[in-house]
Amino acid sequence: MSSDELIWRIAGGSGDGIDSTSQNFAKALMRSGLDVFTHRHYPSRIRGGHTYVEIRAADHEVQSRGDGYNFLLALGDSFARNPQEEAYYGNEEIKPLSENLDDLREGGIIVYDEGLISEEDVADIELEARAEENDWHVFPLDLRSLAREYGREVMRNTAGVGVTAALLEMDLDHIEDLMEDAMSGDVLEANLEILHEAYDTINEEYDFDHELRAPEGSHDTEQALLSGSNAIAYGAIDAGCRFIAGYPMTPWTDVFTILSQNFPDMGGVSEQVEDEIAAAALAVGASHAGAKAMSGSSGGGFALMSEPLGLAEMTETPIVLVESMRAGPSTGMPTKPEQGDLEHVLYTSQGDSSRVVFAPGNVEEAYDQTRLAFKIAWDYQIPAIVIYDQKLSGENTNVDVEFFDREPQPDLGSTLTEDELREAAHDASGKFRRFNYDDAENGVSPRSLPGQKGGRFLATGNEHSPVGHISEDPDNRVFQMERRLEKLEHIREELEAEHASNQTTFGDENAEYGVITWGSSQGAVREAVERLNENGHSVAGLGVSDMMPFPETEVTEFLERVDEAMVVEMNATAQFRGLIQKELGRFGDEMTSLLKYNGEPFEPAEIVEGYEVNLAEEDRQPTAQVRIEPATGD
Amino acid sequence: MSAFNAIGEEREIDRDEFTPGVEPQPTWCPGCGDFGVLKALKQALPEVGKTPEEVLTVTGIGCSGKLNSYLDTYGFHTIHGRSLPVARAAKLANTDLEVIAAGGDGDGYGIGGNHFIHSARENHDMTYIVFNNEIFGLTKGQTSPTSPKGHKSKTQPSGSAKTPLRPLSLSLNAGASYIARTAAVNPNQAKEIIKEAIEHDGFAHIDFLTQCPTWNKDARQYVPYIDVQESDDYDFDVTDRREAAEMMHETEDVLNEGTVLTGRYYVDEDRPSYQQEKAAVGEMPDEPLAERYFDDDAEWERSYDLLDRHT
Repeated sequence: MSSDELIWRIAGGSGDGIDSTSQNFAKALMRSGLDVFTHRHYPSRIRGGHTYVEIRAADHEVQSRGDGYNFLLALGDSFARNPQEEAYYGNEEIKPLSENLDDLREGGIIVYDEGLISEEDVADIELEARAEENDWHVFPLDLRSLAREYGREVMRNTAGVGVTAALLEMDLDHIEDLMEDAMSGDVLEANLEILHEAYDTINEEYDFDHELRAPEGSHDTEQALLSGSNAIAYGAIDAGCRFIAGYPMTPWTDVFTILSQNFPDMGGVSEQVEDEIAAAALAVGASHAGAKAMSGSSGGGFALMSEPLGLAEMTETPIVLVESMRAGPSTGMPTKPEQGDLEHVLYTSQGDSSRVVFAPGNVEEAYDQTRLAFKIAWDYQIPAIVIYDQKLSGENTNVDVEFFDREPQPDLGSTLTEDELREAAHDASGKFRRFNYDDAENGVSPRSLPGQKGGRFLATGNEHSPVGHISEDPDNRVFQMERRLEKLEHIREELEAEHASNQTTFGDENAEYGVITWGSSQGAVREAVERLNENGHSVAGLGVSDMMPFPETEVTEFLERVDEAMVVEMNATAQFRGLIQKELGRFGDEMTSLLKYNGEPFEPAEIVEGYEVNLAEEDRQPTAQVRIEPATGD
Repeated sequence: MSAFNAIGEEREIDRDEFTPGVEPQPTWCPGCGDFGVLKALKQALPEVGKTPEEVLTVTGIGCSGKLNSYLDTYGFHTIHGRSLPVARAAKLANTDLEVIAAGGDGDGYGIGGNHFIHSARENHDMTYIVFNNEIFGLTKGQTSPTSPKGHKSKTQPSGSAKTPLRPLSLSLNAGASYIARTAAVNPNQAKEIIKEAIEHDGFAHIDFLTQCPTWNKDARQYVPYIDVQESDDYDFDVTDRREAAEMMHETEDVLNEGTVLTGRYYVDEDRPSYQQEKAAVGEMPDEPLAERYFDDDAEWERSYDLLDRHT
């Protein structure tokens, strides 16, 4: 017996090892042949406070966290018992069990740690009555004592995994393998003992009649479990990036950390610096001197990068910046996802500035578009930004290992060698015409690097002449400005011609109704559209992943094909819908918005409900936390 | 063969090579102290054997920021206060480059103060020249971080209530390993100090007093200066941190009273530069990073090799 899908939630206190335990369990599920997708929820706090990770595992492709969950492993917040903090943490103790209990599906399983969650608290939330009502199968177990008996209290995670495996009738091979990879000696011995003890306890002491079992599946090829942050870091490595500068900020820190840890072995340079202005300025300086360089931040830090971003554009110094969005404004909600920085990233910096902006919709696109960002940036000497969010940053999905089997791309694009420099245009003074506009192709005039013979020039953030001298000459200004702005047109053409862009269409091609989204909401929208079509609706979907230059042709074709469209995004001001209207200059009266901005990513069911409410033109909002924004006039 | 053949080229270098062609001519006011820095650099660079193409000058915004418009090296004129992060990254990317950053007192001690502290602290191998004229020049005469207390300007009409910043002491405390003060009115000393700073392995900070004849007419830089190394009254060990600190205090106490002391204040030849420190912990490539992009035989590790930990 196996079930269609498992959505396993492990909940406990922040700092209790929930994340590492879930990583290993997700990998075990992947190794057993399943497709997995993880979703991480955590507070902005180091220790203590309700945190959970959900792992969705199925025998078919999974593109989102799914709807609700069907297995809860509630470990209790151990830090809630910190005596000094009792007053503050007191109410948190039971949260791993009580929080979002409504989302547990009918027939679901609850395992909770009696050692940490008290009987009175359980009585308070009327668990028994609710379990009966919802056909939940509840297993109170003293995991804490079990862990203490064979090892240390913190190993109750392992006990929980053992219980899970027994209740789902999984064999322990993959879990044991991973534990052997991750630890050794006494710690490994203790964990293995706890795992088996918990597993056996369930099998020996309980008769269970629940229907949920681990799904069964198989993979034809080897799979790797990766987050969006992994994919972005790996895309950068394969693009030849060997210089990164940054300042820590959640959730961007993941990419920064991954590269900092890998660069020493690869001859790369990583710098943690005093602030984000410096970080992006370092990327500019390193790139100017000949390295493929990147920096990045989250919204608040990216705000500081506005200056060096403009400098990179004016001096035509290629850089890649990544921006991992979290809920704003200001410090907002540091550990919660939102798609609220789109306009910030598109339009920040003074003047008629322009840059390339990519918004990957999933882990594969995160890798692809990061590589593409480097290619475009160095070919066209323009800053490129990869915008994603806390959700994509932290969610892990399985990807075919072969997907990453690609050649590195360490070339410096439109940078000349000394041999080429000899043939290039120079001024009578001997200076290289670095910013020539007479023979620029695609708006690009090739560049030289400091230290190269015959390439001397001045780079300046002021408007400048072909050799780089500050210039306020009106004719020169117009030529230079037009040349710089011309780049975007050619980039757009290149992306379309080479099918390098990442717009994804799905659903029913001939549908009259469309759902359109951007970035990391793509997965949930794809699932929702598939479900709507299965339910007898006819819906076409489009996930847009190129923000600037905007994929005019593809979006126009989509919107012309449907009569009406719903734009799904995680912000309160419909920023992406605004971008479509601005770029295309029409369709304003054909688009409604489905917005979510409570700090949680969309679940497919919310989009399905939003669609149905919208279609029925009912005078109500779909749920308390999802909002429909009506169409506006053209 | 190197991809950067201008670096390390050995030949007779004429100082005129550092002067751009017909345009642009300096837009500095007649009598401006900035000419003194330009002149000292043009003299110093050939004497330390640097060709224009192996030098990268990185400047900030303000009158001082235009230095590399009038000095013909590879140049990067950045934005207000940001010359240092750009400069130090260029050095990390290509350690063979001779990197000289320059900016004004507003640029370097005000808006760029944070970068100054951290660049000195990390002891990046570069030279940093601050054109200190105690005034914002290009924005027309506002009070700067080094303007004396009581200084009246359009933005502080009743006189500045702020004590001026002490650049030498700040630099020492932040961690610079070479610290000197010189003045535009003292060209020979200026040239020698710039030469030393360039040849120093570490962060060399020069507080360069440049009079502003337009906005700071009562500038004390016009009064006779005393070279602390030449005067018997100021005997101290420049390699001793405490003695250097004491001397700096003395200088900075009297600067606004009309006495100008210049010279070397602190020289630490033993402290490794930042890239040496970084190399020691295994976080710096052996060869200049930038070279690798031109090396057809370079092996580029790829992410595929890292996937084991994810399977």
